[in-house]
Amino acid sequence: MSEPAAVQREPSGEVLLELTDVVKHFPIRSGSLLRRDAGSVKAVDGVSLTVRSGETLGLVGETGCGKSTLARCITRLYDLTAGKVVFEGQDITKLSARAMRPVRSKVQMIFQDPYGSLNPRRRVGSIIGDPFAIHRIASGDDRKRRVQELMEMVGLNPEHYNRFPAEFSGGQRQRIGVARALALRPKLIVCDEPVSALDVSIQAQVINLLADLQSELGLTYIFIAHDLSVVRHVSDRVAVMYLGKVVELSPSERLYHHPRHPYTNALLSAVPVPDPDLSDSRERLILAGDVPSPTNPPTGCRFHPRCPKARPNCVEDDPSLTARLDDEPSHQTACHYPVVDGEDLTAARPQLPSSQRAEDLVATRSTEGSETS
Amino acid sequence: MSLLEVSDLSVTFSTPDGLLEAVRGLSFSLEAGKTLGIVGESGSGKSVATQTIMGLTQNVRITGTALFEGVDLLTLSRSELRKVRGSQIAMIFQDPLSSLHPFYRVGWQIVEMIREHEDVSKDAARARAIDLLRSVGISQPDVRIDNYPYQFSGGMRQRAMIAMAMALNPKILIADEPTTALDVTVQAQVLEVMERMQQEFGTAIILITHDLGVVADIADDVLVMYAGRAVETADRRTTFYEQHHPYTKGLLESLPAIDTDERLKPITGSPPSLLRLPAGCSFRPRCPYVMDRCAEEPPLRPIDDAGLHRSACWLPTDVTGTGEAAERRRREASEAGSGTGVGSGIDALRRREA
Repeated sequence: MSEPAAVQREPSGEVLLELTDVVKHFPIRSGSLLRRDAGSVKAVDGVSLTVRSGETLGLVGETGCGKSTLARCITRLYDLTAGKVVFEGQDITKLSARAMRPVRSKVQMIFQDPYGSLNPRRRVGSIIGDPFAIHRIASGDDRKRRVQELMEMVGLNPEHYNRFPAEFSGGQRQRIGVARALALRPKLIVCDEPVSALDVSIQAQVINLLADLQSELGLTYIFIAHDLSVVRHVSDRVAVMYLGKVVELSPSERLYHHPRHPYTNALLSAVPVPDPDLSDSRERLILAGDVPSPTNPPTGCRFHPRCPKARPNCVEDDPSLTARLDDEPSHQTACHYPVVDGEDLTAARPQLPSSQRAEDLVATRSTEGSETS
Repeated sequence: MSLLEVSDLSVTFSTPDGLLEAVRGLSFSLEAGKTLGIVGESGSGKSVATQTIMGLTQNVRITGTALFEGVDLLTLSRSELRKVRGSQIAMIFQDPLSSLHPFYRVGWQIVEMIREHEDVSKDAARARAIDLLRSVGISQPDVRIDNYPYQFSGGMRQRAMIAMAMALNPKILIADEPTTALDVTVQAQVLEVMERMQQEFGTAIILITHDLGVVADIADDVLVMYAGRAVETADRRTTFYEQHHPYTKGLLESLPAIDTDERLKPITGSPPSLLRLPAGCSFRPRCPYVMDRCAEEPPLRPIDDAGLHRSACWLPTDVTGTGEAAERRRREASEAGSGTGVGSGIDALRRREA
């Protein structure tokens, strides 16, 4: 099926960042005196992604899917358990702190909480000027001038250079975080839920700011959020994560119109839309249960206990992330039974014994009687 | 008569920086079996208003009335209010972990609550608690009832809270951001349970949220609050399609649209400090249609003939919705109303953006 009218927003820039089988496990130790390994939290469990220069890659998923851990692996705030991170052709997986330093100036991060990520006892000017001091780039009046330029760039009043974070509103604080991230003219900015803590009317201001800066400075973003409508708006491509793995990766328009993975379908259907008529007319797909613990993830496809389309082989074989049905290679799905356009998932019933399905089933609106054990 | 009739409610806190009027002259009514969505950003007074009605705010000055079945809740003594709370009006909060006591089993907390209000045996109360847990979709409720809160997931805890809130079949359920701390798929489960409980018991719900999507999903009527005041109230479809107040319109427009990649249209500026409210309409400094008359605080006045749609804005009452024609008329009205001093709304907008 070809759609000539639809402009393929295929990123054309060079590869900036390449992740290969990134794994991050956090060991759990029990006992205080004799520390024993008691398993591990498999936060990120084999993620491979490519980010091209100038694009925005969205990462979505629910609590515990590993999206923030992955962000911290990319920026090397965490050391990887296994796998490889290549930035601008250089393998940065095992670089020492000193060798990382020049890389750090090119990869920056913006955090969710504009209250927690700014030191309340320091003046805004010195917070934003920190990168200049750490990297010994500018000092004195030169530093002040550069900081004020940055403040202006993100829409803050440069005269407020000497104020404390407490004197700014949430949205303005997030701008301070953006200014600090921009100080060293990075190439890649990892935004970890940058607007989640902000009020609706302020969210849009920050999103527009990030978009302007991207086109002005040619930035590349990895944009992490749980709000799918925001991710769709900002991203060229979106990766959907579930329990430490990418389950679907696609150009963002395609993902929203032709979601293949049942989990992506469930996520999209669960997002409330601010439009009463649309909201009334659509069929809700409500998943059973909660996200399982990443300490002991389900076998095979990790989504199988909650999946409405699960079949016995889903319990055994972990599906690979690859183009399914007749999708373009840019649209990849990790599912044995991808959802066909127009398929009604609310009618689907898993063909698994109930012992392999998520407990705590919410009775759905369907007429079917419940068969809880 | 409405089930709950709040009129002219004002709540004032005394702070070291001066008097802070968190709620200013709020009036609304709630009909039996309906859902009222209260929308507003941080500091708009939505939580303070409902907590005051429930007698949960302390060291405040309260004026106005809140008639529940003809009785003014604001004049009740603590012990009288205790009888109403839980049995007649129940409340669930944003964070289910802090509303459940971590030391006690979930079931014990529900049983305790039933026995506090009704004279029933422990066994009967326990059987009822199991039924309730089952009805909110918790599997194996006879086992789960003896679990501690930490053994429940976030979504299960919130559903357990709903079970507890519904235990005495209250007439009103006040849900203060019940799904804000939850993931979307879990949020969908919780909203589903709330809707089902409403159908089953005919409970009226006051749903406080900042999420316009949730409101579009389950509210019958919507009350939009800004800086302690109601700025617009209407039924759900009117709020989303024929809204009058520029703040309501701004909120809706600042959301990413479903089908376009267009640049977002944020509301400029940020909400005012309640300690230093602008004179006149509090939305004035952020409003693109500001006029001279806005220096005078607009009353919440009827927009349609039936008086069900009300808005606190001086713009002509026949200009509603987000269409281009309406937009042009708003601009015209704004310019015509800006003869002196303040400058036209568009100038004000440019000033704020600069």
